[in-house]
Amino acid sequence: MRYDISLRITYSYKAPVWAGRHMLRFVPRDLAGQQRAIAASLDVAPVPSERSTFRDFFGNQAHEIVFSHAHSRIEFSLKARIERHVQVKEETSGLALDALPAALNDVHSLAPDSPLHFLGRSPRIRPNRQLSDYVEDMLPPDVGVADTVQILGEALNRDMSFDATATSVETSHEEAFAARHGVCQDFSHIMIAALRSVGIPAGYVSGFLRTTPPPGQARLSGADAMHAWVRAWCGPELGWIEYDPTNAVHVGVDHIVVAYGRDYSDVSPVKGILKAATDQQSRQAVDVIPLEDVPG
Amino acid sequence: MSQANPAQSDAIWKLLESYRPNPSAPDELLDEFGQLRPAWSGLLSHLAGQTPETINSWFKRGDMYLRDSGVFLRQYTNDVSRERPWPLSHVPVLIHEREWDEICRGLTQRAQLLQQVAADLYGENRLVRDGYLPGRLIAQSPEWLRPLVGVDPPSGKYLHFLAFEIGRGPNGQWWVLNDRTQAPSGAGYALENRVATSRVYAEHYAEARVHRLSGFFRDVRASLLNLRRSADNHVAILSPGPYSETYFEQAYIARYLGLLLVEGEDLTVVDGEVCVRTVSGLQPVDVLWRRLDALYSDPLELEEGSKLGTAGLVGAARRGTVSMVNALGTGILETRALMAFLPRIARHLLGEPLALSNIATWWCGQAAERRYVLDHVDKMMIAPALSTRMPFDPDETTVLAGELKSSVYKTVQHLIDEEGENLVGQEAVSFSTSPAFVDGRLQPRPMSLRVFMVRTDDGWSVMPGGFARIGPQEGSTVLNMQKGGSVADVWIISDRPVDTRTALVSEMTAEPRAKRGALPSNAAENLYWLGRYVDRAEGFARLNRAYHSRLADAESPSSPLLRHLSAFMKRIGLDTSEAMPAGLVSAIDSASRTAGSVRDRLSPDGWAAISEIVDTVHDEDEELDPGDETARRMVWLLRESSGFTGLVHENMYRFTEWRFLSLGRSIEHVMSLAWALASFLDPGAPDGSLDLALEYGDSTISHRRRYAFIASRKSVIELLARDPLNPRSLIFHLDVLKAHVEALPRAMENGHPSEVYSQLLRIHTKFVTMPQDAMNSAALLALRSDIGAFSDCLGRTYMS
Repeated sequence: MRYDISLRITYSYKAPVWAGRHMLRFVPRDLAGQQRAIAASLDVAPVPSERSTFRDFFGNQAHEIVFSHAHSRIEFSLKARIERHVQVKEETSGLALDALPAALNDVHSLAPDSPLHFLGRSPRIRPNRQLSDYVEDMLPPDVGVADTVQILGEALNRDMSFDATATSVETSHEEAFAARHGVCQDFSHIMIAALRSVGIPAGYVSGFLRTTPPPGQARLSGADAMHAWVRAWCGPELGWIEYDPTNAVHVGVDHIVVAYGRDYSDVSPVKGILKAATDQQSRQAVDVIPLEDVPG
Repeated sequence: MSQANPAQSDAIWKLLESYRPNPSAPDELLDEFGQLRPAWSGLLSHLAGQTPETINSWFKRGDMYLRDSGVFLRQYTNDVSRERPWPLSHVPVLIHEREWDEICRGLTQRAQLLQQVAADLYGENRLVRDGYLPGRLIAQSPEWLRPLVGVDPPSGKYLHFLAFEIGRGPNGQWWVLNDRTQAPSGAGYALENRVATSRVYAEHYAEARVHRLSGFFRDVRASLLNLRRSADNHVAILSPGPYSETYFEQAYIARYLGLLLVEGEDLTVVDGEVCVRTVSGLQPVDVLWRRLDALYSDPLELEEGSKLGTAGLVGAARRGTVSMVNALGTGILETRALMAFLPRIARHLLGEPLALSNIATWWCGQAAERRYVLDHVDKMMIAPALSTRMPFDPDETTVLAGELKSSVYKTVQHLIDEEGENLVGQEAVSFSTSPAFVDGRLQPRPMSLRVFMVRTDDGWSVMPGGFARIGPQEGSTVLNMQKGGSVADVWIISDRPVDTRTALVSEMTAEPRAKRGALPSNAAENLYWLGRYVDRAEGFARLNRAYHSRLADAESPSSPLLRHLSAFMKRIGLDTSEAMPAGLVSAIDSASRTAGSVRDRLSPDGWAAISEIVDTVHDEDEELDPGDETARRMVWLLRESSGFTGLVHENMYRFTEWRFLSLGRSIEHVMSLAWALASFLDPGAPDGSLDLALEYGDSTISHRRRYAFIASRKSVIELLARDPLNPRSLIFHLDVLKAHVEALPRAMENGHPSEVYSQLLRIHTKFVTMPQDAMNSAALLALRSDIGAFSDCLGRTYMS
């Protein structure tokens, strides 16, 4: 499946801001066998005084830009053409949950996709007693790792309500879980904390969702802005699988991967340090159009 | 070393009468047979036979030195931060150079090993791949900084300056308790301990054959300078700021070595290069000696919430434009659990065992180790595996000798079963003892040493000496080292006379140590405000003195003059119903706060003078009586304040920093004097206002000598506003401002006066050409607001 993606993020400040340094992560990745960026261009207005790009630890493409003049509005716009393939995975639930610790003991790697990065704590994930009690009550004995991912994802989707106004990017997963509502970021953080509480390595994926559903299917939640979901490590054979708890679906060709990280802090689309903090407003507009639908 | 003669020998044993080391732990002074170790005989002969009074007077010399130099320790107790006097134990720890050489060999090997481990953890990760280190331990540590993986330091080396905490175990061997690799503190304190202790033993020190510390600091400075890409670029100490526990030491080292002291907000990254904002514009910084933990050093790529860092610092490291001492990410080497694996890694990487063991450590993430720890729990300290703190840090230890401190788990077994991966067991350390004077007698106290090393072109150089912690109580277990101890100098004793070249850094090199104009904008701002606050406080004190001396002369508070004065004071923030007005106290506190932020630039005497002023206004022992007593207190305050001003003006080198202090002072003076004159010289002001103006302007005597006994409006204006020879007059200070601004960097741009200079020239000309009779209240208030606008412009140009 091919998509044309366009993303526009704007910030406007009430009073001009003197300088700023931003780290951007919203250009889709190349993923061998799964996803290929055919073309991508990122425009920034006003023109930054410095601009550079590099691959971060997890292999995501990061853009660092610096404004050294006063500005009261910033606009980032991304245009990308992406080819997305179905990931063929064995029809297996992989390892049993009980066998996971032994499998992890055999992992001797700190490479970016090593499951060892995705256990325990990370900047935005901490153990949460209420959540781990919730998880424990849910799992049948002798459950497999991949089944656990699906069981937990479906349960969270059932017990939590999607609410685009209830939380912000700063909301902790504990708060969101206590109130049982949130957006894709909250769903994903809660699911990551839940999976890690039973020892399953779990990470955060930021990306895009196709805006218009295939004929006859319902529109997915979270398509109006950048989206987020979860990936979990199911043992050496099955490896990583991705699950979208906001929509209770396994990730397929409707999802386009931008960045992998331990949690939101590793992949936030725009990190920025502003010299003067003044009132700011931000807007995001996303279109993810399957190429067949593009006119002409 | 000469043997003590029999009489001396008796005196020594008398001194040691009540010195009874615990037989189960080694003692630094006495060997296992109770014999005096040879290294100590010189010092003990010197002490022996002296009366307690004499010894006490020697100790006082050291304390006096520390107090006069303003050495202190910032401590946080229940979130309240306060400065505590430096707790010097007056008896140094003496170690013979033969033994010291062995320690140096062991630590040098360890430094080489740690360098290799750092290179591997941020490079190929073979140690994890080949099973020498558990990957999850590294992956879980907040000190393993992913953005730095694959980033090679410009010098190729991760470690340049190290400290190790070592202690002597029960078998007499030294062992490493803790590796300080991130941003080791204490070298400056070691130096201050040395100066203080050499004062204590002034009559003995010269012949004592004690290795001097100066060579080590020469090495430190040379290696930092060698890391520069260009000799024009800066080396700076990156500080977390005046509220950090060891800020004093950072300021001290900066002053001693002639390095810039900067905070994160002083720095900015431009085109991938680190620059310091100075009053002369941006200047490149090539080397940062970090005292700020890496995690807080860049809010863009590391800890997002950090307000101490510099956005873009990691990016600069990635581009290899800045050398950091030590490299960002080296904090991972301090991880306690690493000690469990280092012995094996040493054999693997170096092909030899550790020459100096570290304390035995077991990571409870492995089944066999977990069992071992449980089986020996009564001899264990159990603590967080990823902790980087000292083994005797009381907050850290979860279990000591089988006793569970606060925990959600009921038993140690339960704790280890549930949390094993996050825990290490470490053999409960015991320490050797060393003498301290307690209640006038030598007593054995537990002791550990901090040793410092710097990488030079010829390998690691070890400070011959260090910093000893002395436990507060008898006994030698870890418990005895917790909280409330003291510190001591460490003397490495040679058999031969030592090289005694003095340490004066100015002799180190002929290179000028501070560049003209290399004044960070923030420091300029603090100096400027220090000048303003001090002058403001003086003005306030003069007004308050004028008010209360008139009360003392039985003038009624409701007299027209005092009503007028009181109303004016109220307008500028002084409440005459308070004998020590809150506005005055606040000006002095602000002066002291800003002084604290530029401590590296003030002399110890200047700092002491500020502290005295603070003490004077915070004297809570007595309630001041209005009238005479308050007036006298104000006189005292003014005397102390002019002491400070005098020290600054007599002693401060005429660098740009002095100009900013002086600019602040003159700006404040012009603004407040113009305001006061506008009020006291107003035609409607009550009788006596002219005298008040002269008193406020500190010019009563000058007026009598220059004019008549009776003041007229005209004579007062002439003296306080227009007389360029009166150092209190408006024009005098406008002249001062002009001279300073003219001399500032960038005062002329392309042959024309800069914006800020032009602004001042206009104000100056307008004032000089103003006819005397035009100098009314409105004109004075206009001058005040013009100078206010000039000050804003000065701030925008140089201080932001």
